[in-house]
Amino acid sequence: MANMIPISTVTIGSGGAASIGFIGIPQIYTDLILKISLREATTNNGVAKLKFNGSASGYSARLLWGNGGSVGSSTNYTGSGTYYGADGTSNGSGNTANSFANAEYYIPNYTSSNNKSISLDGVAETNATAIFMGLSAGLWSNTGPITSIELTEFAGGNFSQHSTATLYGIRKY
Amino acid sequence: MPLPSTMIPIATTTLTTATATVTFSSIPQGYTDLVVVAHVKGGNAGGAEVYLLQFNGDTGSNYSRTELYGNGSSASSTRASNNTSGRAGRISGSGSSEYVINTLNIMNYSNTTTYKTWLIRENEALSWTAADVGLWRSTAAITSIALFSNSGYNTAIGSTMTLYGIKAA
Repeated sequence: MANMIPISTVTIGSGGAASIGFIGIPQIYTDLILKISLREATTNNGVAKLKFNGSASGYSARLLWGNGGSVGSSTNYTGSGTYYGADGTSNGSGNTANSFANAEYYIPNYTSSNNKSISLDGVAETNATAIFMGLSAGLWSNTGPITSIELTEFAGGNFSQHSTATLYGIRKY
Repeated sequence: MPLPSTMIPIATTTLTTATATVTFSSIPQGYTDLVVVAHVKGGNAGGAEVYLLQFNGDTGSNYSRTELYGNGSSASSTRASNNTSGRAGRISGSGSSEYVINTLNIMNYSNTTTYKTWLIRENEALSWTAADVGLWRSTAAITSIALFSNSGYNTAIGSTMTLYGIKAA
């Protein structure tokens, strides 16, 4: 039996959208996978912000990244733990036309009473020097089940038309 | 690395008692690749340590690995050869608020011609993220996988380990 079940897909239409949301996430799976293909309408930051259950606190991360010229490692972007993201999760309007960043979030045991872990792999290739790829470990220090996920653009702008995000549930049985 | 959409769950364990070693045995040979997802916390009060594996109970010096990692301030790479166990990732310490996610992709596990290679993504958000490659210098088909912490501490209650098979097209 296939165990990776699509829950919902969002495709951004003309005019863009400020956020992508999945609400009322079914609590019948064990893990979640979120696959995204994003481009930003206004900025060039290459990062999509993620929130669980509308919470703006409790996030931490370790990032490992490369940009074609160097490698590095850092913690959460804001340093205040208010969101979780990584390089290579969204291309910006300054990047090569029609190029979208792609990334996958893996979120195990999202209904458990433990803090929630996240594995994130993201890539942003543009046939130019403005590229990033990032690997990231994330933690949301909250013991509640994840019932919603919201993605927003780094600087508060819109995601561009044709951006997509799909949420899958994983069954282990 | 992205997980394939053709994963078939073979076995899963959620620990209800602290356990030193979790073993997936009698692994079916009808798949092409294997995926292990281990969401684990350990028993070492001294902090996180390396999470290890052995295939088919092999304790010989037949394992090697290369690692690219970041700790939040710098990125680096390291490697080790002729180890008596292979790397499965990281496992957090008993005082940690975090269970570490380790995802292993084990390619072509049932062939009896080549050595076995696997890819690892380890995610410990409070201190570490890494991508690794492991090699087991054996041409035997993989029939069992044992998972355990480096220092022999138990893996904690609430840890989960799942083995998936990947079907070829």
